[in-house]
Amino acid sequence: MQLQIKYFGLLAEITHCDEETIEFSKSQVSELLEELYLKYPSLKQKDFKVAQNHEIVSTDSNITNPEIALLPPFSGG
Amino acid sequence: MTKERKPKNVFKEGAISSEFIAESIAKHQSKTSIGAHNIFLGQVRADDIDGKTVSAIEYTAFEGMASAKFHEIREATFSKFNLTCMHIYHSLGSVKTGEICLFVFVSSPRRKEVFKALEYVVEEIKAKVPVYGKEIFEDSTHQWKVNS
Repeated sequence: MQLQIKYFGLLAEITHCDEETIEFSKSQVSELLEELYLKYPSLKQKDFKVAQNHEIVSTDSNITNPEIALLPPFSGG
Repeated sequence: MTKERKPKNVFKEGAISSEFIAESIAKHQSKTSIGAHNIFLGQVRADDIDGKTVSAIEYTAFEGMASAKFHEIREATFSKFNLTCMHIYHSLGSVKTGEICLFVFVSSPRRKEVFKALEYVVEEIKAKVPVYGKEIFEDSTHQWKVNS
């Protein structure tokens, strides 16, 4: 399926984009991350969490929504 | 009984002005069951980092998730504390040092509730809402803020 990946904060500087569409044929968040690490090796050293349906999910979760966000530590307020 | 509350728009472009804050306070004069207000104002600090001084913070957010989280925090706060009303405003875009970037306003018949509720709301915002602050230095370089 086609996924829309959103990048925030420092991560968007690494990927040089705020969002992109990628073709993904596997099922888990961890498998998506492996693909993204191949494309952007320096992502691997960064601290971030993955959100799906506006909730943080663990890396062994299945991808059920075409919008996936990579969120570095929050710094609001 | 819990009332259904619709998600409110929390984000404001740029700094939150002192006039806006004053008007928000004035609007509560008609709500005469209130006996205590408590207000938190987050101000952009001119941090010195490796000899460079922060001159502004540029805020961005994952707005869809942030709005959902602000709404969850509101609901949780109303269920935990006896509040009459609550308002949250957070800046997006550029806010200069000395300007206000976060305004949280809670009101209750009694003072003890607002002291506890305000701290709860502010800590929940810091921990759960996907907002990002890019600290801009005077020489136009930047770094990404980390909440401590």
